[in-house]
Amino acid sequence: MNRIQTKLKENKKLLSIYFSAGYPSINDTVSIIENLEQNGVDMIEIGLPFSDPLADGPTIQASSTQALKNGMTTKVLFDQIKDIRKTVTIPLIIMGYFNPILQYGVEAFCKKCRQTGIDGLIIPDLPVDVYNDQYKAVFEKYGLINVFLITPQTSVDRINFIDSISNGFIYMVSSASVTGGNSGFGAEQTDYFKRIAKMNLKNPQIVGFGISDNKTFTQATEHTNGAIIGSAFIKHLSNNGVKNINQFVSTILR
Amino acid sequence: MSFNINDKGFYGAFGGAYIPEMLYPNVEELCQNYLKIMSDPSFKKEFDQLLKDYVGRPSPLYFAKRLSEKYNTKIYLKREDLNHTGAHKINNTIGQILMAQRLGKTRIIAETGAGQHGVATATVCALMGLECIVYMGEIDIARQAPNVARMKMLGAEVRPALSGSRTLKDATNEAIRDWINNPLNTHYIIGSVVGPHPYPDMVARFQAVVSEEIKWQLQEKEGREKPDYVIACVGGGSNAAGAFYHYLDDTDVKLIAVEAAGKGIHSGESAATSILGKEGIIHGSKTLLMQTQDGQITEPYSISAGLDYPGVGPMHAHLYKTGRAEFISITDDQAMTAGLELSQLEGIIPAIETSHALAILNDKKFNNNDVLVINLSGRGDKDLQNYIDYFKL
Repeated sequence: MNRIQTKLKENKKLLSIYFSAGYPSINDTVSIIENLEQNGVDMIEIGLPFSDPLADGPTIQASSTQALKNGMTTKVLFDQIKDIRKTVTIPLIIMGYFNPILQYGVEAFCKKCRQTGIDGLIIPDLPVDVYNDQYKAVFEKYGLINVFLITPQTSVDRINFIDSISNGFIYMVSSASVTGGNSGFGAEQTDYFKRIAKMNLKNPQIVGFGISDNKTFTQATEHTNGAIIGSAFIKHLSNNGVKNINQFVSTILR
Repeated sequence: MSFNINDKGFYGAFGGAYIPEMLYPNVEELCQNYLKIMSDPSFKKEFDQLLKDYVGRPSPLYFAKRLSEKYNTKIYLKREDLNHTGAHKINNTIGQILMAQRLGKTRIIAETGAGQHGVATATVCALMGLECIVYMGEIDIARQAPNVARMKMLGAEVRPALSGSRTLKDATNEAIRDWINNPLNTHYIIGSVVGPHPYPDMVARFQAVVSEEIKWQLQEKEGREKPDYVIACVGGGSNAAGAFYHYLDDTDVKLIAVEAAGKGIHSGESAATSILGKEGIIHGSKTLLMQTQDGQITEPYSISAGLDYPGVGPMHAHLYKTGRAEFISITDDQAMTAGLELSQLEGIIPAIETSHALAILNDKKFNNNDVLVINLSGRGDKDLQNYIDYFKL
């Protein structure tokens, strides 16, 4: 069983953290991952930086741009994390836009993920139907879980379709927004979380976008299996570097 | 073999909709409706009426006598420069504003590089009384002040794109992010044959009026609908898409797409996407684009702000790969010289984008009985400062 699937079976609300590889400094990647695990984070999304991150707000854009300036590339990332499984046991996901993966070669990329011990991928601009027609077989060949997004605007039929081709979790985008957009959830989000929970999907749901503290984490996970924090953690890194990651995590989990 | 789009939204291997799920409902709504709306008689009637009375169509097909004598061939100029707002861009914005109204959208967003598409969008929003927000790179705002002022005067809000390289591609990213944040009431008027399906096809269809007119105008003047060559400049490629459209599958008509070589194709400062680009994804479309080996999108360069886009529309990527169109790159210097020449031989000051298309007369040999149609996509008023600086006028 894939580490993501095993983790999802634990009876707890999962905290997943996103950061841009190569930020704040080029060689921080491994130490951030190790620190996050040591402080009780359940899953990590390693951001593969891209020059034109369409779905991201200013915080992640800026960290992505800085990471590229620092010299981060797909190859550098794989070199940095080649021994990551010697020290880290929690699920690791690479989140990146499709073009850098396409240039690396989709199969070569998947193979490298497998060798490194990456468990899954989130590729926001790889559409569900293109994945299903062209890439599903190769992802499965290398045991990788591809995670799809749904939003409050996604139709019931489409959610059911996405559920049918997913085998890990469904990434619920909390509201119509790019990352880092909103602070705080209202009735609209709660209704959406409840509505999806009632669908009894075969895949668990994890909420992302707009989660920044204990309050939003608690709200987001009331009706779901977990939540993902990105921009708020990157802000923490901007202000503190890789120090005091324990403090950040403890303010979320309290 | 067809060179037009297939029912899956691809031109050969190029096109599609590589978009985040957040955009799916918007793009799907457009996909499901655009052809239906465009074929509705009341839509066609309103579109045609506005093109005639507001834009000033049909634009003349002008036989350029002195230019033809100089190059010993028959040259016709399709005068898109005479359209309201000074370029072909308005054909698309008129079409899309009518589309937005029929989809019940009340808020319009657009991206712009040099400001031409921004002005054309602000114009139609003023015409229809719709809210208009134009994203423009911070660097472009500084270097295109007159167009920024025009947009403001037309009632649009110009929002600076502060991310990335702060030019056209980043303005496009910001417009897409805005659309993600405002999925219900907003229509995004893309300015070229780029972006996710159905945009490349929809914009090409709105621009197709150009070749539709060329056919009957050439029939009147030459007794034939088909020229030997249709020639147009390509940045994203909307004026070329319009000029080629009705000739795409008619291989008797040779198509020439002219790209900007900037300071030289291999100078590191160029926008010759077909030669320098590799297959990849930009702004939701699989196409040729300029990028690093690692798949990061690079910043192009051309003296012409309308041609410095790192990608090219998927239709053009397909025309290039199949050899259906010949792609030629023209440097800044060649283009500027051609712009001055047209001014002095025909009394027409062209946009610098268009000057690239004209420059191939010096680059390629034509026969004396060849009939050429060059799409004169825009007028040069907006480029006067560039011409002044370049020629020390």
